[in-house]
Amino acid sequence: MFGLNKKDSTLLLIVAGLVLLAPFLLNPFPEGSAMAQFNAGYPDLMQRFVIFGIFAIGFNILFGLTGYLSFGHAAFLGVGSYAAMWMFKLFGMNVLPALALSILMSGLFAVVIGYVSLRRSGIYFSILTLAFAMMSYALAYSVLAADMDGPDQQGLLQKGLTGGETGLQLTLDDPRILGQQTAGDGNLPVPSLFGLEMRSASELNVGDWVFTFSAGYYFSAIVMLLSFYLSIRIFRSPFGLVLRSIKSNQQRLSYTGMNPKPYMLAAFVISGMYAGLAGGLMAAMDPLAGPERMFWTASGEVVLMTILGGVGTLIGPVLGAGAIKYMENILSKINSDILHSWFAFLPDGLEDFVVTLIYPFIGKGWHLTLGIIFMLVVIFLPGGLVEGGQRIARAMRRKKQTASDDDTKAKQPAE
Amino acid sequence: MGILEVKDVNKNFGGLKALSNVNLSVAENSVHAIIGPNGAGKSTLLNCLVGKLIPDTGSVMFDGQSVLGRKPHEINQMGISRVFQTPEIFGDLTVFENVMIPCFAKRDGEFRLHAVEGMMNEAEIVEEAERMLIDVNMIDKRHAHSASLSRGDKRRLEMAMCLVQQPKLLLLDEPTAGMARADTNNTIDLLKEIRDKRDITMAIIEHDMHVVFSLAERITVLAQGTPLVEDVPENIKGHPKVQEAYLGEAA
Ligand SMILES: Nc1ncnc2c1ncn2[C@@H]1O[C@H](COP(=O)(O)OP(=O)(O)OP(=O)(O)O)[C@@H](O)[C@H]1O
Ligand SMILES: [Mg+2]
Repeated sequence: MFGLNKKDSTLLLIVAGLVLLAPFLLNPFPEGSAMAQFNAGYPDLMQRFVIFGIFAIGFNILFGLTGYLSFGHAAFLGVGSYAAMWMFKLFGMNVLPALALSILMSGLFAVVIGYVSLRRSGIYFSILTLAFAMMSYALAYSVLAADMDGPDQQGLLQKGLTGGETGLQLTLDDPRILGQQTAGDGNLPVPSLFGLEMRSASELNVGDWVFTFSAGYYFSAIVMLLSFYLSIRIFRSPFGLVLRSIKSNQQRLSYTGMNPKPYMLAAFVISGMYAGLAGGLMAAMDPLAGPERMFWTASGEVVLMTILGGVGTLIGPVLGAGAIKYMENILSKINSDILHSWFAFLPDGLEDFVVTLIYPFIGKGWHLTLGIIFMLVVIFLPGGLVEGGQRIARAMRRKKQTASDDDTKAKQPAE
Repeated sequence: MGILEVKDVNKNFGGLKALSNVNLSVAENSVHAIIGPNGAGKSTLLNCLVGKLIPDTGSVMFDGQSVLGRKPHEINQMGISRVFQTPEIFGDLTVFENVMIPCFAKRDGEFRLHAVEGMMNEAEIVEEAERMLIDVNMIDKRHAHSASLSRGDKRRLEMAMCLVQQPKLLLLDEPTAGMARADTNNTIDLLKEIRDKRDITMAIIEHDMHVVFSLAERITVLAQGTPLVEDVPENIKGHPKVQEAYLGEAA
C-alpha cells in the first residue's frame, strides 16, 4: 500500500486508526467520575500529542538513523512558530501558507546550523547545536525583540521580530493583506483552513461520557499521519540505508565512495523541517509564539521522547511523545486534595502516610516520576517502550506456542 | 607507466620513519604483492593511497591523476577500493545491506537524495548485490546481522563490498588473515576468477606465502619502510635479502 511493504502498511493503518479514534480512546472514564482525572481526550492535549509526535518523528530521522544527537532542535520549533505567526500577521489566517513558511524557514535555519555543526561529530556536534539553539533563544528573547520601526512609530515591528518575553501575538492592526484584519465580531481572527476554524469543536454526549471532536486536532492528526508516512518512506529508502550506514561506520562509507557530509546535512535539514512544521502547527492551534519554545529544556525534551519510545524505531518517538505529554498534563494536575479523596477509605493515619509517600511524584513533582521511568526504561529496556511491547508480544506468542504444544501432547495418547 | 605510480614517498610518525623513499609501480591488470615483516610499513603505504594518510613528501599517481589531497570518497570514485587489515564493515546492517551500499555508491556517485524511493524499485541493485553474495558464497547469510559474522566471513563480506564496485584497482590488506584453510583457498579461487574475468589490478599485502605465490605476478618486499627488492615470484623465494629481512625479524 502506498509503496510500503505489508508490515509497514499495517503499522500505518493501526496508527491511523488510533489517531482518528483518539477522542474516544483517550476518554475512557465517564465525566464526573473519580477517574475522569485521567482522561486525556480533550483537544488541547490531543493536539499536543500529535504535534510533539511530529517533532519526535523528525528528530528520530536524525538521531535514530545517523546517531548524531542534536541538542538544539527546539530552535527549529521556535523558528517554525515565529514564521507561522508572521504569515498570520502579514497575509491571513489560513494555516496552509503559514505551515509552508514554517517548513521553509526552519529548513533554511537548519542548512546554516547543520553546515557548521556537522563539521564535528559526537559530543562536539551536540554542544554546537546546543550553542546555536541558545543563541537563537537569546536573539528571540532580546536582540530581535528591540523596537525596529523607530521610536516614535507604532508599527508592525514595534516589538521587533519576536515580541521578546511576552511573545509574538496577533493584533487588530496587523495588515493581513489577503484575509480580513478583524473577524466579523470585531475580535481577532483565528487560524483556519479555508474557513474551518482550528478552534471549532463539536461534542458528542453518550450517557455520562463526553467526546470532543476538534477541527484543530483532526487537522494536526492528518498532518502527523502524513509526516509519519513520509518518515517510513525515508527509513526504507536507499537514503535511509546510507544514513544507517553512517551510524554504523562512517569511515567505511567514505572508503566506499559516498560523501557522508551531504547525507548528514540532508538528514539534519529534513529533521529541522519536521521540527519547524511542529512549531508552525503549535502557532496554528494557539496563535502565540514565545522564545521559551527554543529553550534548551525543549530540546532536551524531544531527546527524552525519542529515547523513551525507542530510538531508531518507526513508532517509538510518537509513543515517547505521548507518554511524556500525558504525564506532564495529567500527573501534574493531581494535587494532595485529590490524593486524600482517593485514599479516604484508609484509616486517617495511614491515609496521611500514603499521601505523603505519593505526593512527591505528582503535581510539580511529575518530573521526578518522569525521571524514574526514564531511568528504568534506559536500564531495563534500552530499546524503549517499543522494545517493551516487542517483549510482551514475544512472551505471549511463546505462551500460545506452549499452550498449543500442550494441546497436541494431550491429544496424542488418544490417537 | 603502471596504473599506480608511487614516487619517493616518505612518511614519518614522530621520529619513526614508517616509509622512506618508497617507489612502486603496479602494472595495469596485474596482481602485485607487497610482503614484509610486521611493522614494515605495508598498511601505512596503502593508507597513503586511499587518502587515510597524506605522505610527507613524494607523489602518488593513479590512472594518470594524483590522489594526494583528495578525500577518501573521491579516491574511491576514481576506481580504488580497499579491504582493510581489520574488517571495516557496517556492523549494524545485514550482510545484504552491506553489499547494497557500494552498489549505490557506484551507480549514484558520492551523493544522491533518493529519500522516498522504495527498495523494491531498485531491482538492478538488488540483483547485483545478490549475484555478488552468490559469488562469495554468502547468499545464505544475507539476512544475518553482519557484526555477528566470524572474522573470516567479515573479511569475505568486505571483499564482496569492494568487488561489487568493479574497481580498477583493488587493494587487499591481508585478505585471508583469520580465515580457515578452506576459505582461504576459496578466496584465492575467487580472486583468480575475478582477475581472469575482467580488467582489474590488485595490490595485495599478505603474510600467507601460499596466497602470495598462488596469485602474485610481481612481488615487492618491504622492510623498515624501504623496498628491498622487487621481482617475479620465482626470484623472490630464495632471495638472500628477503631471508635476511624475515630472519632479522625473527631474531
Ligand atoms: N597512525 C599511526 N601513528 C603512529 N604510528 C603508526 C601509525 N600507523 C602505523 N604506525 C607505525 O608505523 C609502522 C608501520 O606500520 P604498518 O601498520 O604500516 O606496518 P605493517 O607492515 O602493515 O605491519 P603488519 O604486518 O603488522 O600489519 C609501525 O611501527 C607502526 O607502529
Ligand atoms: Mg598492516
